[in-house]
Amino acid sequence: MPPLLQTLLHRLVASLVVLVGVSMLMFLIARVIPGDPARIALGPNATEAQVQALRHERHLDEPIPIQYWHYVSDVARGDLGNSLYSNRPVSVDIAQYLPATLELVFAAGLMMVVLGIPVGVLSARYRGRVGDHVGRVGAIIAVSTPAFVWGVILQLVLAYLWHLFPIEGRLTASLSAPPAVTGFVTIDAILAGDGTVLLDALHHLILPALALAMAGIGQTARLTRASMVETYQKPYIEMAQAYGFRERRIANRYAFRPALVPVLTILGLDLAALLGNAFLVESVFGWPGLSRYGVEVILHKDLDAIVGTVLIIATGFLIANIVVDLLVAVVNPRIRFATGQS
Amino acid sequence: MKLFADSLGWQAFRRNPLSLTGLLLVVLVVAAALFADLIAPYPSHAGPIGDFAAISAPPSNQYLLGTDTIGRDLLTRILYAYRLSLEMAAVVLAITTPVGVLIGLAAGYFGPITSYVLMRVTDVFLSIPPLVLALSITGFLEPSAIHGMMAVAAMWWPWYARLAYNLTRAEKQEGYVLAAETIGASVPHILFREILPNCMPAIFTKMTIDVGFVILIASSLSFLGLGAQAPTPDLGSMVADGAKYMPDAWWLSVFPALAILLVVMGFNLLGDGLREAADAGR
Repeated sequence: MPPLLQTLLHRLVASLVVLVGVSMLMFLIARVIPGDPARIALGPNATEAQVQALRHERHLDEPIPIQYWHYVSDVARGDLGNSLYSNRPVSVDIAQYLPATLELVFAAGLMMVVLGIPVGVLSARYRGRVGDHVGRVGAIIAVSTPAFVWGVILQLVLAYLWHLFPIEGRLTASLSAPPAVTGFVTIDAILAGDGTVLLDALHHLILPALALAMAGIGQTARLTRASMVETYQKPYIEMAQAYGFRERRIANRYAFRPALVPVLTILGLDLAALLGNAFLVESVFGWPGLSRYGVEVILHKDLDAIVGTVLIIATGFLIANIVVDLLVAVVNPRIRFATGQS
Repeated sequence: MKLFADSLGWQAFRRNPLSLTGLLLVVLVVAAALFADLIAPYPSHAGPIGDFAAISAPPSNQYLLGTDTIGRDLLTRILYAYRLSLEMAAVVLAITTPVGVLIGLAAGYFGPITSYVLMRVTDVFLSIPPLVLALSITGFLEPSAIHGMMAVAAMWWPWYARLAYNLTRAEKQEGYVLAAETIGASVPHILFREILPNCMPAIFTKMTIDVGFVILIASSLSFLGLGAQAPTPDLGSMVADGAKYMPDAWWLSVFPALAILLVVMGFNLLGDGLREAADAGR
C-alpha cells in the first residue's frame, strides 16, 4: 500500500474512534445531568401519563447502554432526533444554519493564511528590525484579544463611526437571497450570476470574518516567524548563502517550505477555535448561523439538538484535520515517504 | 523559582522589553485584584446598587472610566471583575494541571495500549471546539460562575495531557531514566521523582500563559450569558451589556474589553519571556 494511503487509512480509523468517543461523551453528559428530559420537553403542565409515554417513545426508561445503542443506530441512519425548541428534526435545523457558519469560518481561515503567513515571513526576514517588533507586538495583541472584543471594537469603529461596513446581518434587507444551492450566499450569488448580491454579501462578510480571524492571524504570524527563524539556523541555509544564492530564492524555496509544516498542523487545530469563536462573532454581528441556534437550544436544554450540533461540529473538525495531515504529507517529503505511523 | 536562580536566564528576561512589560502588567493586575477593596473608588458599586444621579456618565474626573446604565463606577467594577477572573483561572489550573499531567505521564511512560487509549480519550476532548464543549456543559447545568469554571476545566486538561505526554516520551529516552530503571527504582519513583521534575519548567511556562487564556475563555462564556450572573462584576458580561448601547455609550464595552486584553496579554508576554529565559539559561 502506498504510504500516503496508509497514513490516510490510519487517520480515518483514529478519527472514527474519536467520533464514537465524542458521541459517548456527549450522550453521557446529556443523560447524567439532573432532571428528566421528557419532563423538560413537555413542560410542567403535562400529565404523568404523557411524560411516561414520551419516556417510552424515546427509550428513556431503558438502561443507559441500550439508550446509547438506540441513539447510535438512529445517527447511523442520519436521524439526529428532534429539536424540542424548533419542533423539527435536528438534522433539518443544522442543515439550515450550518452553511452560514461555515461560510464565516472558511472566510476567516482564508484570512488567517493570506494575512498571517506573510506577516510571519516578513517578520522573520527582517528579524530584530522595527518592522519585526511591530509585527510581533501586533500579533501578541491579536492573540490576546477575545473574538467578541474584536467584533465589538471593529463594529464600533468601522461600522458605527466610519460607516465603512454594514453593522450586522448577512445581506441588505432590500436584496433577496439567491436560490440556495450551497447555502453560501457568496457562492450562490456567483452561481446565479448576480453581481449586486455578491458584492453586498462580501461587504457583510468581511467584518465578522476579520473579527473571527484576528486571533488566528496573530497565531499564524507568530508561528510562521518562529518556524522560519528556526529553519534559517539550519546548515543547509548557511550553505545556500555561502553559495551566493539570492536571499529571495533562499527565503522562498529553502526556508519557507519546511517552515510551513508546523504552521499547517496548527491551522488544523485552530479550526476548532474558529468554530467555537464563531458563536461569539455571530452573536455580535447578528449572523444567522449555528450560534443563535446553539445558544437557544442550550438555554432550552434541548438535549438532542445540543448533542447533534456538537457531533456535527466535531465531525467537521476531524475531517479538516485529516485534510491538513494530507497537506502536510504533500509539503513534507519526510512524512510522505515514511511508513503510516503518526 | 529555580528558573530565576539562574542568572543567565534572568539576564535574558531582563533584556527583553516585552517580557518586562508582561511582568509589569501581571503585577499590576494581580495587585489591583488583591487590593480592590482599598483602591476601588466606589467599593459598594461592585454590588447591584449604583448612583442613580449618574447614569451612563462618560469618563470624567469623578468617574475615570465612566459609569454603567444604573450608575455604577466602571473602574470599580473592572477591579472586582479582575478578582473574579484571577480566582477562576487559579481554580481551573489547579484542577486541570495535575489531572492532565498525570494522564500524560502515564500515557507517555507505559506501553502502547495504555498510551493509545489515554491519548484517544484526550483526542475526544480536543476534537470538540473548546468553547462549544464549555457551552454545552454550562448549557446542561444552570449558568453560573462555578459551572463556568467546571466547563472550562473539562476542556482544559487535555492540553496538559498532550504536553506531558510529549515531554515524557522525550525524557524516557534519556540515560538517567534508563539508569533508574536498571537499579530497580519503582515506577512511581521514576515518574514523579525522575521524569516529572524535568517536565516542570515547560509545564510552568504553559500555566503562566494559560492564566490569560482561561480568563479569555471564561469571559467568552459570560459574554454569551453563560458565566457569572448579575450583579457579580464580570468582564465578559460587561462587554455584552455595553454592546447594546453602542456607539453612544462606547465606554461601557470598550474599557472592560481593554481590561481583558491587558490581562491576557500580560500573562502571554510573561510566559513567553519565562520560556525564552529558560532556554537561554540552559
